[in-house]
Amino acid sequence: MSDTYVLILLCAVVTYIVRSGGYVLMSYFGTVNHRVEAGLNAVPIAVLSALVAPTVLNGEWPDAVALIFVCLLSLRLSMLPTIALGVVFLVLLRQYA
Amino acid sequence: MVPVASAIAPYSAVFGALAVDQGMTLTELLVTSGSIYAVASQYVMLDLWVQGVPIWSVLLAVLAVNFRHVLYSAASVRWLAGFSTWQKVLAFFLLIDPQYATCEARHKRRPITPRYYFTYALCIYAVWMISNLTGAVFGQLLGDVSRFGLDLMLPMFFATLVISFRQTSGFAVILITSVAVSLISYFTIGAPWHITLGGISGILIAALRSRPAPATQGKDAQHV
Repeated sequence: MSDTYVLILLCAVVTYIVRSGGYVLMSYFGTVNHRVEAGLNAVPIAVLSALVAPTVLNGEWPDAVALIFVCLLSLRLSMLPTIALGVVFLVLLRQYA
Repeated sequence: MVPVASAIAPYSAVFGALAVDQGMTLTELLVTSGSIYAVASQYVMLDLWVQGVPIWSVLLAVLAVNFRHVLYSAASVRWLAGFSTWQKVLAFFLLIDPQYATCEARHKRRPITPRYYFTYALCIYAVWMISNLTGAVFGQLLGDVSRFGLDLMLPMFFATLVISFRQTSGFAVILITSVAVSLISYFTIGAPWHITLGGISGILIAALRSRPAPATQGKDAQHV
């Protein structure tokens, strides 16, 4: 099996563990400590923002401006129109700025 | 059902187009979407796979972007009681955001039967796979997608996901901590450590700031 398929299957396993893990934990322990719960709630915010942060400082300036534009838009619009407008905005910036 | 399907289809189609553009074969793409079945996991995997990041950090990132599902499956204890063990095993695989949201809403009125659960899941799964394939096939006709600004679509997608969690208590503190630690690690130790270190610091801050009164805990925002 090639490396790519190993990676795909491992990602599938990790995703499955996450999707079944909460049920397994709950049926063993019943409740979760408030700190653990707060930590769990923070996981997507913390990791995703850590993932994106360097993109803002590392790329060309239109990239950074477009990303900030998208963040502001997403306060008002739902995800799909936000990203669509963000991509259009980025293309225009790269073209004319 | 129809709004959920039409919300999922574009993500799936764009993922198909992007994956093929980044060098995935059609078989690899279909195995990915068929076995992982999680849009955020797959975008992260694709993004890091292209950068040639070591497997363990890809897995960590995948774990992170899908972590909210722990809370879904914890909540599913309330409505999975009528399922046999094997039905549960299959049900967890299919427990994606809209599936969870729909079951949670329906559970308020009537019990969730295996028949209801799996019929709904099968429809979404079919839409998911078909639009994935469509995107991959028609995406190739477009050529180089970075021409259309799609190379920044993944970061944009992650950024909007982050903003969608803004109701979580301590959002600003978590965000600022993670971004700061991520940037510092990125420019000192280097990639891919910024993901791990930035992520862990944000999680720790949230855990440390937490107060025992759970009356108004932050709720996860709705998203795909």
